[in-house]
Amino acid sequence: MSAETDQLAATWQDPPGLLGWFSAVDHKTIGIRFIVTAFGFFILGGLEAATMRLQLARPDNGLIGPDLYNQIFTMHGTTMMFLFAVPLVLAFGVYFVPLMVGARAMALPRLLAFGYWIYLFGGIFLYVMFALNIGPDQGWFSYVPLAGPEYGIGKRADVWAQLITFTEVSGLIVAICLVTTIFKLRAPGMSLNRIPLFVWSELVTSFMVIFAMPSVMIASTTLILDRLVGTHFYNPADGGDPILWQHLFWFFGHPEVYIIFLPAQGIMSMLLSTFSHRPVFGHQALMLSLTATAFIGFGVWVHHMFATGLPQLGISFFTAASIMIVIPTGVQIFCWIATLWGARIRYDTPMLYALAFFVIFIIGGLTGVMLASVPLDLQVHDTFFVVAHLHYVLIGGSVFPLLGGFHYWFPKMTGRMLSERLGKIAFALLFIGFNLTFFPQHVLGLHGMPRRVYTYPENMGWGTLNLLASTGAVTMFIALCIYLANVIISRRSGAIAGENPWDAPTLEWTTSSPPPAYNFSPLPTVTGTDPVWEHTDEVPIVVGVASECREVLVTHVMDAEPDHKKEWPEPSIWPLWTALVITGLFIGSIFTPWAVVVGAIPATFAMVGWFWPKRGQSPEALIRRLEAGDHPPLEQVL
Amino acid sequence: MGQAIQSALNPTGIQAARISDLYWLMFWTSTVVYVAVLIALTVAIWRGRRSDAGEPSRATAAKWVTAATAISIVTLIGLLFASVATGRAMGSLSTENALGIEVVGYQWWWSVKYKNPTPSLEVTTANELHVPVGRPIAISLKAFDVIHSFWVPNLHGKVDLIPGRENLITLQVDRAGVYRGQCAEYCGLQHAHMAFNIIAEESDAFERWLTAQRTPAPPPSSPELTSGLAVVERGPCQMCHTIRGTTAGGRFGPDLTHVATRSTLASGTVPNTPDALTSWIKDPQHIKPGTKMPSTGLSEQELQALVAYLQTLK
Repeated sequence: MSAETDQLAATWQDPPGLLGWFSAVDHKTIGIRFIVTAFGFFILGGLEAATMRLQLARPDNGLIGPDLYNQIFTMHGTTMMFLFAVPLVLAFGVYFVPLMVGARAMALPRLLAFGYWIYLFGGIFLYVMFALNIGPDQGWFSYVPLAGPEYGIGKRADVWAQLITFTEVSGLIVAICLVTTIFKLRAPGMSLNRIPLFVWSELVTSFMVIFAMPSVMIASTTLILDRLVGTHFYNPADGGDPILWQHLFWFFGHPEVYIIFLPAQGIMSMLLSTFSHRPVFGHQALMLSLTATAFIGFGVWVHHMFATGLPQLGISFFTAASIMIVIPTGVQIFCWIATLWGARIRYDTPMLYALAFFVIFIIGGLTGVMLASVPLDLQVHDTFFVVAHLHYVLIGGSVFPLLGGFHYWFPKMTGRMLSERLGKIAFALLFIGFNLTFFPQHVLGLHGMPRRVYTYPENMGWGTLNLLASTGAVTMFIALCIYLANVIISRRSGAIAGENPWDAPTLEWTTSSPPPAYNFSPLPTVTGTDPVWEHTDEVPIVVGVASECREVLVTHVMDAEPDHKKEWPEPSIWPLWTALVITGLFIGSIFTPWAVVVGAIPATFAMVGWFWPKRGQSPEALIRRLEAGDHPPLEQVL
Repeated sequence: MGQAIQSALNPTGIQAARISDLYWLMFWTSTVVYVAVLIALTVAIWRGRRSDAGEPSRATAAKWVTAATAISIVTLIGLLFASVATGRAMGSLSTENALGIEVVGYQWWWSVKYKNPTPSLEVTTANELHVPVGRPIAISLKAFDVIHSFWVPNLHGKVDLIPGRENLITLQVDRAGVYRGQCAEYCGLQHAHMAFNIIAEESDAFERWLTAQRTPAPPPSSPELTSGLAVVERGPCQMCHTIRGTTAGGRFGPDLTHVATRSTLASGTVPNTPDALTSWIKDPQHIKPGTKMPSTGLSEQELQALVAYLQTLK
């Protein structure tokens, strides 16, 4: 190690000790925390799913009663959507986006830390309430009036609505950090069209988060207002409307699906490119497909509401939009097949997950076309056919690529390889178990089995297929246990990975595994979409960024030309304090509206602490430095 | 799948038949697309095993990707037209001379009212719809409390019952028989036990049934039955239930005027036998946990008289 890197490490490392642990702002630390927490909730959500499958394994089963079952399916949906999928897809972005764009750090690091804490506390809050038998029981979609003041008794619906507030605050924060990082901190030379596809998918997803989440925040806030202070947003007797809830919820809810799906598409592109050792075919077509999906994704929400009796002509447009959204996804699949055409593929575990995507996801996509059709949707809506469809789309389209992505990036995060043997066993079991669980559910739905029923009578003839599905669920459970065991074992004793074990093309593979606190030294520049493979000897590097303070190079949005240097915030305990105070405020406001007023006082103090200025950085000194010619290093600067 | 009395793939009415045709069109189209894409993927991978297979030129690949996209677009537009055409055909079912029924969803049962311009000829029953074969039926759908969804897969897709709104579903049954329907919108604790039967019969049988339903409950014909009626009228039953011809006029539970003619209790939860009726009244929370019907605390004697009386409500 040179003196330079020693200095950089000292500057960028999170402080030691317990206090330091709570003050961390390094995007890799926060990213790992996000990933571990999200997988923790995945395990909980999976256990809930397994419980439901046990209850449904045979007709008239008395394993769990309706009250617990309804809580469990609500918890399962809420956990998987809000505490697992969205945080995880964004968490990969938190860890890898700065590395993939060649940045020294992530933008708005303290805000990012706050975003993590608020997510963690929200999740803990939900599960504490569940343990106290105050878990939400009105479905992850919380339709009014069932969730309203009259029929949603107790505090269960409030718990759900406030969990939404927690996770949405966190989601919006991470999205803003990602957009800022991608727009302003890219390595010189990484113009927008050279961004790795995973980074592009995170960018598009972040914008979707920014536009979709406010809708559900309005929905959950108005629900709490109805319940707590007696407003009548959703009370038809006083001019409110339950359908308003459905519009607000699904205007968020359908983009949410793409928020989960698009980053997985980004991972697919990375995996296929690396393991076929070729640049992805149609880089720009794929970028445009991701973008088009995001736009059209905001125009399909009414296909969740075809049965509500909305006017025929109006809902036809949503049929058209829902069918149209297949096209960009189709383009992606065709481009990927073109990428693989005749390539020498390495069948490592991550690649198997990527190939499974095709087999599983396309079924989900095709049943999606069926659900876009109004008449057909009227039959299968709210049946197990939809349960099958959504799991084919979300597990096949998102969880498989995410598990593959985790396998792929695990060496980068830990410095060690996951075991291929255990990895392949887990993959095979998961693939079989998944299809065994969910394929029969298509048939069950067509044969009349509705969703969200805690039991069904024997004479309906649904027993055999349900038993098959439950067997599949057990298989999936075993598969995921093996996956987890692999992670735990390989974390300690896996083979040492080195910088770039897969011979992958993107920048994160040019630094050590795990990456140092300062990510890169020297800071890289790029000349194309696949920097590692381009083998150009004379790539310029970035010099002149200080190593004794947290200085970061800020670049222009379009062409990533160096713009200026900026000093980054130090680690701080205040994001944690702020999150604790806000948590108190959120939880208190379930019980009394005064919690907002009272909670604002400590929140103000916490923010003052957070933004307390540092000594020795007077604006005059900064101006003097700039006037002395201390500007960014590269020639492009004007 | 059992007797397929609750299956979208066993249509016995014109609306469900149209949807089923559309389903099979989409199913086969999807199958062809799925197989084609997987074959393309397999070939792509297979070619890589040959050492001489190089990367295709970008122009060739672009041509194939464009062609595949174009085929997808054409196929999707075709399916869009098929879907819209099916929707249009379903909307064209004439409601002239249609039988008008009003269904109101409650947590967790269905109130069924046969409309008539003359109020005294209206009939209210619960959890069972008798309908004539071959005649259009227009069902208006309302909700008393939360959102429910009316779904009889053999006859039609589902339509929601939404508080503050009125929806309409028009259907026609083409084959006599008993079909099962079930609430398809999650509506709380006992969403799983909110089923109903549609009994489709020839029109004269239907008219006979309707006429019988219009009659009030027969007066009790023995001392035991009289004491059974007394339990209804002076006990807790009348607070929620109506029995026409008696003083019981409650509106929160199913109309019991002809309860003995119905085939199930508690909205399809248990068959309507004297034993089941006894245990249902004795401890409804055991059979359907969470049901709005409370345990009534009747003595064994009262219970026996009550059940005997209810059995006469044919």
